[in-house]
Amino acid sequence: MNASLAHENSGASPDAPVYELTNVSKTYARNAVVALEDVNLTLRHGSFTSVIGSSGCGKSTLLKIMAGLIPPTKGRVILQDKPVTGPRRDIGMMFQQATLFPWKTAVENIVLPIEIRDGKAAAKLAREKAHDLLDIVGLKGFENVYPNELSGGMAQRASICRMLITEPAVLLLDEPFSALDELSRDMMNMELQRICREQDATAFLVTHSIQEAVILSDEIVVMKPRPGRIAEIVHVDLPRPRTLDMMTTPRFGEIVDHIRGMLDKGENM
Amino acid sequence: MTDAPTNQRLETGAEDDTVWVQEVAFIDSVPRSIAMTFVFVVFIGTWDLVTRLGLVSPIILPTPWETFSDMIFVGNNLLSGGYMLVALWITVKEVIYGFALAIAIGFSLGVLVGETAFGEKAVMPYLVAIDTMPKVAFAPLFVAWLGFGIESKVALAAFIATFPIVVGTAAGLHSADENARMLFKTMGASRMQTLIKMKLPTGLPQIFTGLKIGAVGVMAGAITGEFLGGGKGFGELIRVAASQLNTPRVFSLILYLSLVGLVLYLIVQWTQRRVVFWQKESVGAHDH
Repeated sequence: MNASLAHENSGASPDAPVYELTNVSKTYARNAVVALEDVNLTLRHGSFTSVIGSSGCGKSTLLKIMAGLIPPTKGRVILQDKPVTGPRRDIGMMFQQATLFPWKTAVENIVLPIEIRDGKAAAKLAREKAHDLLDIVGLKGFENVYPNELSGGMAQRASICRMLITEPAVLLLDEPFSALDELSRDMMNMELQRICREQDATAFLVTHSIQEAVILSDEIVVMKPRPGRIAEIVHVDLPRPRTLDMMTTPRFGEIVDHIRGMLDKGENM
Repeated sequence: MTDAPTNQRLETGAEDDTVWVQEVAFIDSVPRSIAMTFVFVVFIGTWDLVTRLGLVSPIILPTPWETFSDMIFVGNNLLSGGYMLVALWITVKEVIYGFALAIAIGFSLGVLVGETAFGEKAVMPYLVAIDTMPKVAFAPLFVAWLGFGIESKVALAAFIATFPIVVGTAAGLHSADENARMLFKTMGASRMQTLIKMKLPTGLPQIFTGLKIGAVGVMAGAITGEFLGGGKGFGELIRVAASQLNTPRVFSLILYLSLVGLVLYLIVQWTQRRVVFWQKESVGAHDH
């Protein structure tokens, strides 16, 4: 089953760069605000990267540029050797809200990206794959349930499936579990880790939680505001697979403290 | 109510010395049908008392019993296919045509205003301006333009019902949240796909609210049109009965007419329940 979900680039070597940003800057012309300045970032195949920073540090601008929703003012954005010039099939995205449509069943919601891109017939063919994905996220048996009957966590699981159905090369996660309570959130983060491993996915997470960033990531991009720029890229050397127990280890605490220290400095600027 | 078992479990062992029992308000223990019957009886009783004591002239206010017997008379005429049924059918036709026209125009304008920047910038101000006018005042114009036939009534009915549908449609199209819009962008959806697969379904509750308000307005429009422009509909029967000071007849005609309005409203509501099956019922929501 996983073989059928593997990416086109699954043959790539594990450290091959998937997403490359070079000197990316964004200035909003309307009020001449520099939202991003000279961002250089490389996402390697199968890695998990988080971006963290206070509000106004440009992380959501960065995410929108990476998703192909807005163009950068300057710089190069290259995904799988092709410049990003708009939304693409090989970019999967997930938001704070599950954003499932209440008039569609779970499966119909999951195949929606296929329906939009390839039409109804292709969407019908993708249903089987949607069933497999629901199985992976632990929602077997909920195929024909409407979103009203799903809990917040279940809805986010379904939206993970919708993100994965097009077999994207990179997953862009915009605070995906911040609307959930803390217990479900921890659980979903561990689920996310497992799914990313199983799918051999390259993930990019925007978060406000230092703990969440540290427990999930290989690398954490710490950003500073005005103008939005990268302050430091922190390498997390905790062993994989990560478990929630690791949150009590001294090494975890050190990394969290280090990042918090940097963010506090940013606040005082 | 769903957490009742939990409460029970917590309370066991303390049954004898329970000091704080939830009080149930009296009205919550009365079934709706009984409460409604109570109001009906009080209303009829007061009406009867007022006429019986001669507080109001019988020409102005007939007794309830006169009104009921006239309702039976009108009902018989309707059932036997008399002249009143012919008149009712004319009014029903005006209402149906008027509503269909209002839906077609209202929905199109709503999409124009709700979906395009041009519509919102250039057309919406005019719609708002016209909407603030007393639309009934246009009735003589419609008669002048379209004559004394059914057309002028259809036009007025449609004119009144169009605006709530425009507003409902435009508001509905705007009701999609930022996440849904962004999601559709990331999926590379065209503008048409975004409109049909996301914005319209998202806006259906508001669109139906507009339709319901329009359904009420279309009745008012048809009857006003008949009052001011003659014709052969039910409104004309009411006007004639009123001019003859036949108040029981006016009352019973109004009651039958309100049935037509009610049926139209219920059709819209029934359709809404079918189409917008995911929408939670707003009436009775306090039970949840």
